[in-house]
Amino acid sequence: MNHYQRNSATFWLFLTPVLVAFALVIVVPFFVGAYYSLTDWNATARAGQGLTFVGLANFARTFQDPGFIYSFIVTTIYTIVNVALINVLAIALSLVVTSRLRLRNVYRMGFFIPYLIGGLVLGYLWQFIFNVAVLSVGESIGFLSFLADPERLLLGRVPTAIFAIVIVGTWQYAGYIMMIYVAAIEGVPEELYEASRIDGASEWQKFRSITVPMIAQAFTITMFLTLVTSFKQFDVNFALTSGGPATTFMGKPIFGSQLLAMNIYQTAFTGNDLAAGQARAVIFFIVLVVFSVVQVTINKRKELEM
Amino acid sequence: MKKYRLYLFEAIMVALLVFFLYPFVIVFINSAKDAFSVTQYPMRLPEHWGQLFTNMATIWTSSNVRYSSSFVSSLVITVFSLAVVTIFPAMAGWVLVRTKTRASQFIFLLFVAAMVIPFQIVMFPLVSWFRAIFTVTGIRLLRTYLGIIVAYLGFGLSLSVFMYHGFIKSIPLELEEAAIIDGSRLPGVFFRIIFPLLTPVHATIGILHGIWIWNDFLLPLLVLGKGNRIQTLPLAVANFAGAYVKQWDLILTAILMAMIPVLIFFFVAQKRIVKGMVAGSIK
Repeated sequence: MNHYQRNSATFWLFLTPVLVAFALVIVVPFFVGAYYSLTDWNATARAGQGLTFVGLANFARTFQDPGFIYSFIVTTIYTIVNVALINVLAIALSLVVTSRLRLRNVYRMGFFIPYLIGGLVLGYLWQFIFNVAVLSVGESIGFLSFLADPERLLLGRVPTAIFAIVIVGTWQYAGYIMMIYVAAIEGVPEELYEASRIDGASEWQKFRSITVPMIAQAFTITMFLTLVTSFKQFDVNFALTSGGPATTFMGKPIFGSQLLAMNIYQTAFTGNDLAAGQARAVIFFIVLVVFSVVQVTINKRKELEM
Repeated sequence: MKKYRLYLFEAIMVALLVFFLYPFVIVFINSAKDAFSVTQYPMRLPEHWGQLFTNMATIWTSSNVRYSSSFVSSLVITVFSLAVVTIFPAMAGWVLVRTKTRASQFIFLLFVAAMVIPFQIVMFPLVSWFRAIFTVTGIRLLRTYLGIIVAYLGFGLSLSVFMYHGFIKSIPLELEEAAIIDGSRLPGVFFRIIFPLLTPVHATIGILHGIWIWNDFLLPLLVLGKGNRIQTLPLAVANFAGAYVKQWDLILTAILMAMIPVLIFFFVAQKRIVKGMVAGSIK
């Protein structure tokens, strides 16, 4: 079709709005940011004026900072647990809402609702639940009295505070991931199940030998989405724990539940050290790319095996 | 026996769903309590439902929340961002599919590659670069509607272009050739023939990006800033919760009021939303 090839005016005209926005918002800040991470950029120095090139000093400082190392470890643990829990819950729910239950459509809508509300608002809401509501449940129900012990508040101790972020993250995201599994399950041809019924397959065998291999492609997508969103978690972290409670790591006081996205933000603004924040963001980006490439490669290979 | 088990299973699921959604009940009942009973009896039903309206009035008139103005700002930002993040990427997706040159392939790959770029790596330079643009050209991008809408176009366009590109590939070329033979110019072909065919993609992108933009917190915090005349509802909630620490009766009311518009929208358009979500995510 050379109508299109000949009309390069239309081609560029139609591309201009997105190219301008893309350059303005992604390309320039990306490269400028990569450069800034190699300078002594800070809040008082305006862009481009008097920046000194410092090489990899910001990166060296970052890798020596216990706060960053700790945050990195915690984020990795958070991501692994969150990805696992979201996907297990989402698969279980997707099987329920594609079954013969009468209210399956009500469940479908219901479990999806938390996804509609932003992590920031949900973070404050769950802070109330963990700090106030759970306490009162413990006071009024005898065998749950351990919940009423202020010493045992979930948000009061480091491991449980991180787990609290997992609870909210999973609660918020499982319904969305469920929807993706539902779409995949509904795409599996009914004949396969009928054939297996004639062969006398059990429910588990049907799930293992038909459903799982047929929805392998969906796993690649859901794993990727949950991995990336978990790794980038900020809003719930900010509103639910704001990084607390305090603890020590490698002999330095640090924030016990501070995930990487929040660590980057804090370093730049509260710590007033934009260059260090930017260096952390660059590391964050590289790690995220490596993680997701590894995940997609593994999932793609599994897709073929099944 | 089989029937009995089915009913039992159904009952368990209903109980599970109620438990799952109970946090929303907690917000609702505690928005109708005063500061004392919200912390003393958070699980009980309120004694006077009238307190709900007292609390809502407090939030409505609060200078931190500025509810009506924040709601309008959220709406303006979401609607205009969605308009640009559908129309422009649809145009781009179309010319990228129909023009098979090196340049078009390269540009498409560039957009796809950009999907892995997290907000964190561009956020600080974006702010300083927007400030620099103002100093040089006088165009205000920080603390303005224009700036945040451009930002959402920039961050949303990769996924949009990718989805339009995938869909347009499946539209037969004959449809366009017929119109060209009839004397239509290329832009006309796009707007009159192709654009209406893209409705399912518009819906999917509208929902996916709509949920993201409406609820987003970090980008508005950086581009609009704290205490700006223009603030979105999440910024308003954060602003209020930061100023009234532990005033749970009012914080929960603010949360409730921030959730109401989304929930109403969801119950009105639930079928379309669920369909649109799924169609987009599986592609």
